[in-house]
Amino acid sequence: MHYLLKKFCTLIITLFIVSLLAFCAFQLIGDPTTSMLGTNATPEQVEALRHELGFDRPLLVQYGDWLIHFVQGDMGTSYSYNMPVSEMVGSRIMVTFIMTMMAFIMTVVVSIPLGIFAARREGGVFDRIITAFDQIVMSIPPFFIGILLTCVFGLILHVFQPGSFDAVRGHPVAYITYMIFPALSIAIPRIAMTVKMLRSSILEQMGQDYIRTAYSRGLNRDGVLWGHALRNALIPVVTFVAVSVAEMVAGSIVIEQVFSIPGIGRLLLASISSRDIPVVQAIVVILALWVVVVNFIADVLYQYIDPRIRLN
Amino acid sequence: MDKQRETERAADGKSFAWRSDDFQLYGPAAAEADAVFQAPGFWKDAWIRFRRNKGAVFGLICIIVIVVLSLAGPALSDYTYYGQITQQQNLAPRIPILENLGIFDGTYILHTTTGDVVRNGYLEQGFGDVYYWFGSDTLGRDLWTRTWMGARISLYIALVAVLCDMAVGMVYGLLSGYYGGKADLLLQRFAEIVNSIPSLVIVTLLLIVLAPGLQTITLALILTGWVGMSRIARAQMLKLKQQEFVLASRTLGAKPRRIIFREILPNSISQMITNTMFSVPSAIFTEAFLSFVGLGVPAPMCSLGSLISDAYRVFTIYPYQILPPVIVLALLMMSFNLLGDGLRDALDPKMKQL
Repeated sequence: MHYLLKKFCTLIITLFIVSLLAFCAFQLIGDPTTSMLGTNATPEQVEALRHELGFDRPLLVQYGDWLIHFVQGDMGTSYSYNMPVSEMVGSRIMVTFIMTMMAFIMTVVVSIPLGIFAARREGGVFDRIITAFDQIVMSIPPFFIGILLTCVFGLILHVFQPGSFDAVRGHPVAYITYMIFPALSIAIPRIAMTVKMLRSSILEQMGQDYIRTAYSRGLNRDGVLWGHALRNALIPVVTFVAVSVAEMVAGSIVIEQVFSIPGIGRLLLASISSRDIPVVQAIVVILALWVVVVNFIADVLYQYIDPRIRLN
Repeated sequence: MDKQRETERAADGKSFAWRSDDFQLYGPAAAEADAVFQAPGFWKDAWIRFRRNKGAVFGLICIIVIVVLSLAGPALSDYTYYGQITQQQNLAPRIPILENLGIFDGTYILHTTTGDVVRNGYLEQGFGDVYYWFGSDTLGRDLWTRTWMGARISLYIALVAVLCDMAVGMVYGLLSGYYGGKADLLLQRFAEIVNSIPSLVIVTLLLIVLAPGLQTITLALILTGWVGMSRIARAQMLKLKQQEFVLASRTLGAKPRRIIFREILPNSISQMITNTMFSVPSAIFTEAFLSFVGLGVPAPMCSLGSLISDAYRVFTIYPYQILPPVIVLALLMMSFNLLGDGLRDALDPKMKQL
C-alpha cells in the first residue's frame, strides 16, 4: 500500500509540474494580443483585449484560474480557429485512442507467441529468423515502416487509399481497414522490442535453480517452460507492454503524419507551427495525463503480479 | 653433414664416430626458462572477445566508414548542400565508371497512364558531363552531399547522447549513491519526477519557447536523457562502495573525489559504456523523428529525417530519392545496436546469455 501511495504522490506531483510548465511556456511566449489585433492596434485596444482575456491579473491567479477551468473541461479558445479547444481535441483524441488500442492489441497478440516460440528452441531456425527480423526492425525508423506499408498496401496492392481518411469516416469496415496499417506501423517496432525482451526473459528464467528442480522431477523442456518459467518470465514483459501503451502515443504522432490521419498528433504539430498556445497546452497536459496514468497502472499491475515488490 | 657421415660410414663399412659438432654445450643462453605468460589485461581481454563477434566488428567498421564519409563526403563532390541548380532537378543517381555497366547511369522508370517509360534526365536535357552520385532532389540540390551532411547531424546527436549520459547521468548517479542519506533521497525524488514527465511534453514545450533547431533538440536530449544512466550508476555505486578496496582506500586517506572517480568508476565502467551505447540509437531516432515532422534543423540545413521527409513527398514519382538517407540511417542504427550488443558481451561476459 505504501508503495502505491508513493507512486500516486509522484503522479500528482508530475501532473502539477507539467501543468505549471505548460502555463509558464505560455507566459514566456508573450501574450497573443499583437497577433490577434494586428500591428496597427492602438494601445487602448490592446489593453482592452488584455483585460478581456484576463492577462492583467497576477500570474498565480491566472494559473489557478486556468487550472480550475481546465479540470472542469474548459480548455480555452484556439487562437487560430477561434473555437473551444475541448471541441477540437475531443474528436481527434478518439482517433488516436482507437489507433493506439489497435496497435496495443496487435503487439500483445503477435509478440507473446513469437517470443515464446523463439525461446522454445534457442538457436533453432525459427529463433534465428526472429532475431534477425528484430535486428532489422530496430534499425528502421518507425516512420519508414509506415512509408513502406503505404507503398506496399496502398499503392501496389490497393488495399486502402492513402490520404482518404475523411472518406472512410462512418463506414466501419473501410475505417478499420484504413486504420489497420497505421496501427501496424506503430505496433511493429514494439513487437520487435517485446519479442526480444520476452525471449531473453524466458532464457534467463530457464537458467534458474528452480528450473533444474523441475527438470529433475522428470518434466521435459516444454513442460518446464509452460508450467514454470513462463509465469516468472512474463512479469517484466507485462509491465513493459503496459508502459508501451504510453509510448505508442508518441509513436502515433509521426504515423498520423505519414498516413494523414487527423489525430491528436497532427493537431499538436499544426498548433506548434502556428503557435496556437491554448491547443498546445491542452494537448501537452492530456498527453502527460495519459502517460502518467498508464505508468501508474503498470506499477499497480507489477505489484499485483509480483508479490516480491509488495513484500519489500 | 649427414650426407658426409653417410659416405664415411659407407666407406668404412662398420665403424661410426661422433663428430665435434654433433652436440652443443648446454649453457645458460640455451637454458631459457619458460616464457612468462602474462594474463591479458581487462581491455585486451575484452578486445579479444569483441573481435570474435562478427556482428560487432561489422558495426564498428560501418560506423567508422559513415564517420569518414560524413566528414569527407561533402568535400568530395563539387556541389554544396544548399546550392540549387534549378535546371538539374530530380536527376537519378549517376556515377562515372559504374554507368558503363548499366547501373547508376541516370535512368529511372517513369510510371505513366500509358505504361512505364525509361527516362534519362541527363541525356534529355543535355547534361552529358554532369554527375550526381546519389541523384538530385526536387530543388536541384545534390543528394550525396546532403545525405552526408545529414549523417553529420545524426552523429552529432549520438555524441550528445554519449556526453549527456557520461557527464550528467553518470556523475549524478555516482554522487547520489556515494553520499546516500538525505542527499540521495532528494536527488532520487528529483530524478523520479523528471523521469515521469513524458519526454514528448518537454520537447513540445521547448519547441514552443525556443525556435525549432539543433540547439533545442540538444537541450531536450540533455534534459531527458540522463535519468536511465543515473540509475545504473547509482546501483553500481551502492554495490561497490561496501567492498573492501574502497575501505582500504579510505583508510589510506583518499578523499571522496578520488574514491568515486579513481576507485569505483573504473570498476563499473563496463556497465556504463554498455548502457551508453544503447541510449545512442534512441537519441538518433528522436532527432530523425523531429526532423521528419518538420521540427528539426531549419532549411537549408538537413538531417536524415528531413531528407526522408522531403523525399517522401515525391516518393511515388522519384522513389530513388528516399533510398540514400534511409539506408544510411538504418545502417547507422543497426551498427550502433550491434556495437552495443558486442560491447556488452565483451565487457561483461556474465551478461552474455541475456
